[in-house]
Amino acid sequence: MECVFGLVGDGFALVAADSSAVNSILVHKSNEDKIMILDSHKLLGASGEAGDRVQFTEYIQKNVHLYEFRNGIPLSTAAAANFTRGELAQALRKSPYSVNILLAGYDKDIGPSLYYIDYIATLHKVDKGAFGYGSFFSLSMMDRHYHSGMSLKEAVDLVDKCIVEIRTRLVVSPPNFVIKIVDKDGAREYAWRETIKDAEVPTA
Amino acid sequence: MARYDRAITVFSPDGHLFQVEYALEAVRKGNAAVGVRGTDAIVLGVEKKSTPKLQDSRSVRKIVSLDTHIALACAGLKADARVLINRARIECQSHRLTVEDPVTVEYITRYIAGLQQKYTQSGGVRPFGLSALIVGFDPDTGVPALYQTDPSGTFSAWKANATGRNSNSMREFLEKNYKETSGQETVKLAIRALLEVVESGGKNIEIAVMTKEQGLRQLEEAEIDAIVAEIEAEKAAAEAAKKPPSKDSLV
Repeated sequence: MECVFGLVGDGFALVAADSSAVNSILVHKSNEDKIMILDSHKLLGASGEAGDRVQFTEYIQKNVHLYEFRNGIPLSTAAAANFTRGELAQALRKSPYSVNILLAGYDKDIGPSLYYIDYIATLHKVDKGAFGYGSFFSLSMMDRHYHSGMSLKEAVDLVDKCIVEIRTRLVVSPPNFVIKIVDKDGAREYAWRETIKDAEVPTA
Repeated sequence: MARYDRAITVFSPDGHLFQVEYALEAVRKGNAAVGVRGTDAIVLGVEKKSTPKLQDSRSVRKIVSLDTHIALACAGLKADARVLINRARIECQSHRLTVEDPVTVEYITRYIAGLQQKYTQSGGVRPFGLSALIVGFDPDTGVPALYQTDPSGTFSAWKANATGRNSNSMREFLEKNYKETSGQETVKLAIRALLEVVESGGKNIEIAVMTKEQGLRQLEEAEIDAIVAEIEAEKAAAEAAKKPPSKDSLV
């Protein structure tokens, strides 16, 4: 029931992901951050097997950092996406990672970009993308309302529309979502959309 | 004696490892490097030998980052340095990946020194011909640290140290003039130590400052020139004060 989706706007890219960590019928937590900040100007939203998701994305993050230290210059978004895809492809015929990834980044010379990378190492450069059961609803919503060069307000409205659609129509829809943004000023958390907050610990 | 410096795995009869000692010679021929630990910053300085006119000086960085909070400067064989620095950078990220914590300065120094030692006890290889000055802030405690390694693989922590060409003079100067400093004073102390053995001027010195908030910052040539000018002015003032009163001494 994991949902990750994203889109490219005017000078920025947004990635939204649900934040439940689930094991069969048990919800471990509802504030799990599934969008990793890969480096100063890249976001990696991932969904899939919990162990694989964290292991793989942390591995990618450390390798991206190593590149930056070795070469004194960060990887471009396209290079990071291709590197990620390459690692998935190599593991595919041995012990594949069950992780689906949306990689969003901002490069000074080409602006924002979004890459769709699925667990069998498919790589597509896209304007909008989504994974999970929620993708049925969010992709349809984005197909209807997306246009290139959306302003931040329009894009966040569209993300909210998608979240509403997922909440109304998906049978076990996740209660909380996190939205992160990447633009010329860097990658950062934009907002949370919560319906369940962790209960306050009662004081004596 | 000539028979005992072929393969480094062989001790000489009087207990020397000649290859290691020759490696230390190589370090002594390398460019001067100095490190000074302050209370809130650590400063690394390196002598810049005159750059050939056609060379792009930006591609010759002598003070490098190993991680966001660790930096290294060295004296000796630069190609050997490149290999060690690469291995250290990988280890910094690997440590972060496995224990989700940045390395401490001591950990990465121990790692680099361990690597240098391995090459004094293996067949068919020669030691790394460099001594490294490793600086940084420990991630948990925020304490600044300066360590030095050498080709034998020993390492220790220092308040201030120098290596490379004329390191003895620089160390003597530091021993005489070291005191706990912070901020700009630490930078000045490092530059003063370097100026003992290097021709004055921003062209011949590379300085980088490591602070907890900003990480490693390389100083611009203009900044260095300004500080050098300050130091020269202070020196001149000190000289003038020392001179005995000129005309009134003979009464």
